[in-house]
Amino acid sequence: MTTAIEPNTFPVSQTAEGHKRYIQPRKNYASRQRANAIMLTLTGLLCLLAIVPLFWIIGYVIYRGGQYINLDFFIQLPKPMGVPGGGVLHAIEGTIILSLLSALFSIPVGLLTAFYTAYHPNTVLGVIVRFGTDVLSGMPSIIIGIVGYTLVVKPQGHFSALAGGVALAILMLPTIIRTTEEMIKLVPGTLREGSLALGAPEWRTALKVTLPAAMTGITTGFMLGLARAAGETAPLLFTALGNDRYEIGKIITSGVQNHLSIFQVLGNIFEQPIDSLPLTLYKYTQQPDPALVNQAWAVALVLMALVLLTNIIARVVIMIRSPQSRG
Amino acid sequence: MQKTNTIHPSWRSKLNYYIQHGDRPWNILVISMAILVFILIIIVGYLLWTQSSAARQQFGWSFILPTNNANWDPVNGQFQAWPFIYGTLITSLVAIIIAVPTSLGIAIFLAELCPSWLRLPLSLLVELLAAIPSVVFGLWGIFIFLPAVVTPIGDFLQETLGFLPLFAGPIPVSGASRLAASLILAIMIIPTISAVTRDVFRAIPQSQREASLALGATQWETIWRVLVPYGLSGILGAVIIGLGRAVGETMAVTMVIGNSIESSYSLLRPGYTMSSVIANEFAEALNQTHTEALIEVGLVLFFITLILNILARLLVWWVSRRNPQEARA
Repeated sequence: MTTAIEPNTFPVSQTAEGHKRYIQPRKNYASRQRANAIMLTLTGLLCLLAIVPLFWIIGYVIYRGGQYINLDFFIQLPKPMGVPGGGVLHAIEGTIILSLLSALFSIPVGLLTAFYTAYHPNTVLGVIVRFGTDVLSGMPSIIIGIVGYTLVVKPQGHFSALAGGVALAILMLPTIIRTTEEMIKLVPGTLREGSLALGAPEWRTALKVTLPAAMTGITTGFMLGLARAAGETAPLLFTALGNDRYEIGKIITSGVQNHLSIFQVLGNIFEQPIDSLPLTLYKYTQQPDPALVNQAWAVALVLMALVLLTNIIARVVIMIRSPQSRG
Repeated sequence: MQKTNTIHPSWRSKLNYYIQHGDRPWNILVISMAILVFILIIIVGYLLWTQSSAARQQFGWSFILPTNNANWDPVNGQFQAWPFIYGTLITSLVAIIIAVPTSLGIAIFLAELCPSWLRLPLSLLVELLAAIPSVVFGLWGIFIFLPAVVTPIGDFLQETLGFLPLFAGPIPVSGASRLAASLILAIMIIPTISAVTRDVFRAIPQSQREASLALGATQWETIWRVLVPYGLSGILGAVIIGLGRAVGETMAVTMVIGNSIESSYSLLRPGYTMSSVIANEFAEALNQTHTEALIEVGLVLFFITLILNILARLLVWWVSRRNPQEARA
């Protein structure tokens, strides 16, 4: 026991036994400051570390993909193995068709469901649907693929664009429901009450007042969902399967020549296996041919530009629109 | 003066009365869509369960139980999924071990330290990392990340820790291994975990920080001893969401893990995960039993992610009930 009290020790404390003893503070102020500085810098460095792969990927994809991108890439079908040139027109058409199909299936269902969950969040159905949507959004996309396979491919007996569209629609649904719900909730309740008080029925209020007021946010939600679906491969592996001879122009002209009805032409479009950009990219990386690998980089560039631009625009719009995410 | 409709109601006003000016059909429509979504969610589980029933009866529990020399033989109809389950578990676990401290640091920086002009662009960049399609991750992984980063790390690990079974065996020159899958997964789930954790931090009341700082704690002590314990359940929820994503991630993993059934447990050897075996074999399944076995693998995956998701949502929900201003993560 020391007699002199050092300046940075705490004076005394009563122990359980009744002895007085001096307490040494565990750390002095300088070392706490040092720990503070080190750890705070470390968090900043970790943040930088997370950004590195982003710029590495974007930079390298632009560098490699940019070398192989040209007009042919967008307007030609793939050439047979070993023949130089050729493009991925089939995959671009496929991505557009699959996106349209999945939007067609998921947007009406998602929109109306969001109207239900936004206005009835605490009913039994509302709680179940919201919880189920959360679970569905965490479901692995490969499982959605199996569901698409058993729901559409198996009964039909063949792979088709339709099956791919259904799988992507299931994949998009949680994103759409959740963003739409959030955006509907952001519309001031007074607006809705005003419309109802003027005698407008519920459905007119929803379609003519709430929906237009929330439209920007809802559109960005759709765009985010579409971007996610457009970048997905796993659900398409055994629903859309892939088809490098797909040419929508040819299907339509042959339909016109053979005097098919519009439904038969649409059937021809949707009932075939179809390719999409990510699916093509995956297949090309499995090939030994370096020319195809080069094309894979170009596909990656197109795909990434599509997805990242959509995401940036959508997120900026959401940030501007929703007051709670400001600052 | 016109005759009012109340005395001799026209068919139109009767109809309007009955359907409440269109509200009744509208409500029915909206509710039926909500029910449709509910049914869809049920269908996912139901289909996986029924479509794999024959395989479940034939193989029983031995399908998912650990074995040292597992049998996956589509030609002879012998299926044991342990190598895939092990592959999924080990890659997700390693990815989580790497991703959690990193994401925590990122979230702390974004929520607590970052100057406000930097916060939005930086959050956007981190979230963009989550938006990159997983095939692009795979492509970059195969040709750039694996040879440049994973192979050297693998060689180093084998030299220093090679005596452990977990780090045994030479890593392939291409780098395709469970380690590669873990690292790519870590990069892919960091944005998810850090975004949710950041929201958890920002939902913590300002008074907690002020009280701690007023007691003389440094900023780091405030973060580590006050904010992290306060938001612990939310952070745990974020980690579980990340784990769920890692377990279900398919394409990037399929492209970098090497896709081989080895009896080795080493991180440095090629492996297989549940999702990658489905991705690789489902479209070219040899026979009905093969398809059913693959669907049963999907069923196992479904249960794992379902449990993880429910856990995570419950945790996040619990936190948000405590702090009502916080949105759903």
